[in-house]
Amino acid sequence: MSWTRKILRVDLSKGTCTSEPLNMEWANQYLGQRGLASKYLTEEVDPKCDALGPDNKMIMATGPLTGTMASTGGRYSVICKSPLTGAIACSNSGGFFGAELKFAGWDMIIFEGKSDKPVYLLIQDDKAELRPGDGIWGKSAWETDDILHQTHQDPQLRVACVGRTAEHGCLYAAVMNDKHRAAGRSGVGTVMASKNLKAVAVRGTGGIGNVHDAKAFMAATNDGKAVLAENAVTGQGLPAYGTQVLMNVINGVGALPARNMRDVGFEGAENISAEAMAEPRKSDGKPNLTTNGACFSCTIACGRISTVDPSHFSVKDKPEYQGASGGLEYEAAWALGADTGVDDLDALTYINFLCNEDGMDPITYGATVAAAMEMFEDGTITTKETDGIELKFGSAEAFVAITEQFVTGEGFAADLGMGSKRLCEKYGQPDLSMTVKGQEFPAYDPRGIQGIGLAYATSNRGACHLRGYTIASEVLGIPVKTEMNDTDGKAELVKAFQDATALVDSAGLCVFTTFAWGMDNIAPQIDAACEGDWSVENCLETGERIWNMERLFNEAAGFTADDDKLPKRLLKEVIKHGPTEGQVNRLGEMLPKYYEARGWTADGKIPDETRQRLSL
Amino acid sequence: MQKSLNIDPGKCTGCLQCEMACSYEHTGTFNPSRSYIKVFTFHHEGRFAPYTCTQCDEAWCMRACPVDAISVDLTTGAKVISDDKCVGCKVCTIACPFGTVNYSQATGKVVKCDLCGGDPQCAAACPTDAITYVDADWTGYDRMLASAAKSLPSAEATA
Repeated sequence: MSWTRKILRVDLSKGTCTSEPLNMEWANQYLGQRGLASKYLTEEVDPKCDALGPDNKMIMATGPLTGTMASTGGRYSVICKSPLTGAIACSNSGGFFGAELKFAGWDMIIFEGKSDKPVYLLIQDDKAELRPGDGIWGKSAWETDDILHQTHQDPQLRVACVGRTAEHGCLYAAVMNDKHRAAGRSGVGTVMASKNLKAVAVRGTGGIGNVHDAKAFMAATNDGKAVLAENAVTGQGLPAYGTQVLMNVINGVGALPARNMRDVGFEGAENISAEAMAEPRKSDGKPNLTTNGACFSCTIACGRISTVDPSHFSVKDKPEYQGASGGLEYEAAWALGADTGVDDLDALTYINFLCNEDGMDPITYGATVAAAMEMFEDGTITTKETDGIELKFGSAEAFVAITEQFVTGEGFAADLGMGSKRLCEKYGQPDLSMTVKGQEFPAYDPRGIQGIGLAYATSNRGACHLRGYTIASEVLGIPVKTEMNDTDGKAELVKAFQDATALVDSAGLCVFTTFAWGMDNIAPQIDAACEGDWSVENCLETGERIWNMERLFNEAAGFTADDDKLPKRLLKEVIKHGPTEGQVNRLGEMLPKYYEARGWTADGKIPDETRQRLSL
Repeated sequence: MQKSLNIDPGKCTGCLQCEMACSYEHTGTFNPSRSYIKVFTFHHEGRFAPYTCTQCDEAWCMRACPVDAISVDLTTGAKVISDDKCVGCKVCTIACPFGTVNYSQATGKVVKCDLCGGDPQCAAACPTDAITYVDADWTGYDRMLASAAKSLPSAEATA
């Protein structure tokens, strides 16, 4: 059955850890991880609660395939109400922590209340206890990881923790695990820190031995691995170039936003692309990319492990940053690079290291700095606010300086830590925040690609590429090519991607498999692992149920159809040059059709008949 | 013809498919903590290294065992532990210079790579051929081939 059927409930107010059985009725309806934990959240948390108050809960959840030999079966998610958006948050991470939690015998951990002192949770198989966190509070995520390994003298311990930015109240802090993997978006790390919970350290020795039909499972997972190996994207492109393979592609089709989305098309894109990362540099003859690395159980291995040029100004006298560490992925390279106009690969890699070290979402961080840069250039803010830093588009020196200051929580950090929506509102320029529901866009301009605009506008966690990656279809032709600038059929396309992704995120698998896998590859793996009916049809309906459940949470939190929108810039300011010249996003043409395709009312509400159809 | 596990750390991505395949074969569970092959990550170097028993001909573990619980599988050359004879004294774990024989709390015996009776599952599961199972006399074949190809810059080496 692949679930451990056990939940660990940690009451931080009382300091207790208790085991309880997994609600199997819900598991059969919501599968695991994103879906199942969101079900618990919607049942246990008032959607109107203060996201940073003791009434919010934070759930770390695995899926039924987490910890198995299914390729990419090592994912876990962090679920809570987001302090950045006020909507439901679910951030997914790879690395090794999720599988270890499962090996220790737990499907998920529910954290509730708030500790009056800093603590961390130590899990050794079925033993779980809260320990004083004095020695790690105030430390970076990297230091915390090292200290916990030293304290417990166990090299095989896996750690998830928050860095200093979360402690300082940055609203988009990540939960970091295994040093450079992140449950990155929506400020799930901020919620963790708000509970005075610094880290979770886990060691599991029990393994997973209760797969429903082991023989069928091995056959289905082997078939799946063969499909990944033979596919050009998952078998060649991602291992060789990582997601960064997209930088030149998206720039080429006229959909790479630049300088806070003021421009589309970035002249420095090549300098920060996958190709540039592979090029040996002059100083030491080594490329930025040291090697590719895999998360637990993943046969794709898209992860970038990079080094910064040791002679580069950012790391010159800092040997601790001259070794290899987690390198740039596409969304981070875009937000930190093109969106700020900085095309210095070494500076961006260093800033990416700092994002990992102190746990902030590089997409929101880069986009927030970009918004600040635009306000600096138009004179809204000056060196008085930025502590003397000339925060101009394209300045690697300024960006490095402000990031080093940011992680310490001093100076302009409090402003930047609010995210671009609050920052731009504070300085009277709300239209310069490139966000949906308060969360910043990733690296695809919705003026150039219509469907992704609808996906951003309707995403349950605010602007996000991982809630419905229609780029696969609109740019890469997976599973079928649709025209970038067409709006016809995009409502159905977005719905299909959103529902399928919700299911993948609930299984323990990585969404990158879907470059190669359809639901006909995924469903048999779940069906063999789990009891119950996990046919393609039931998997898709489960995904749709999860999507609607998340929407109901947001509705109860106060969100309406008015929040399914894009910033004016993307609806009114045309692209000035390049292959997509003259375009804006035509959300108005797609949104009514999307509501219809979802079985919602014209004002985006979920009617009783749709609820009944989905057993909600 | 005997075969050997041949490990090329440069190809390893650290995915741990080998550890799961090993534990599944020997314990019926996906459980890296009970795998006989271990992948080490050298974070600052950006390197991964799968590591397991090399099946020494004159095996320290076998010589050290006071109850003759370790014997040679004549087909594969693997040094194999007999659970019936092993008393869990752990002397072999001290004798092994490589640390690849270890005690298992779960069974009260020592455990080590047995080449899965000639069909090592780690090699079968490795997605990048970082672990292969090759002619024991020719574990250097791929490196020789690559090196030979370099010495003939214009030639396409074919095996």
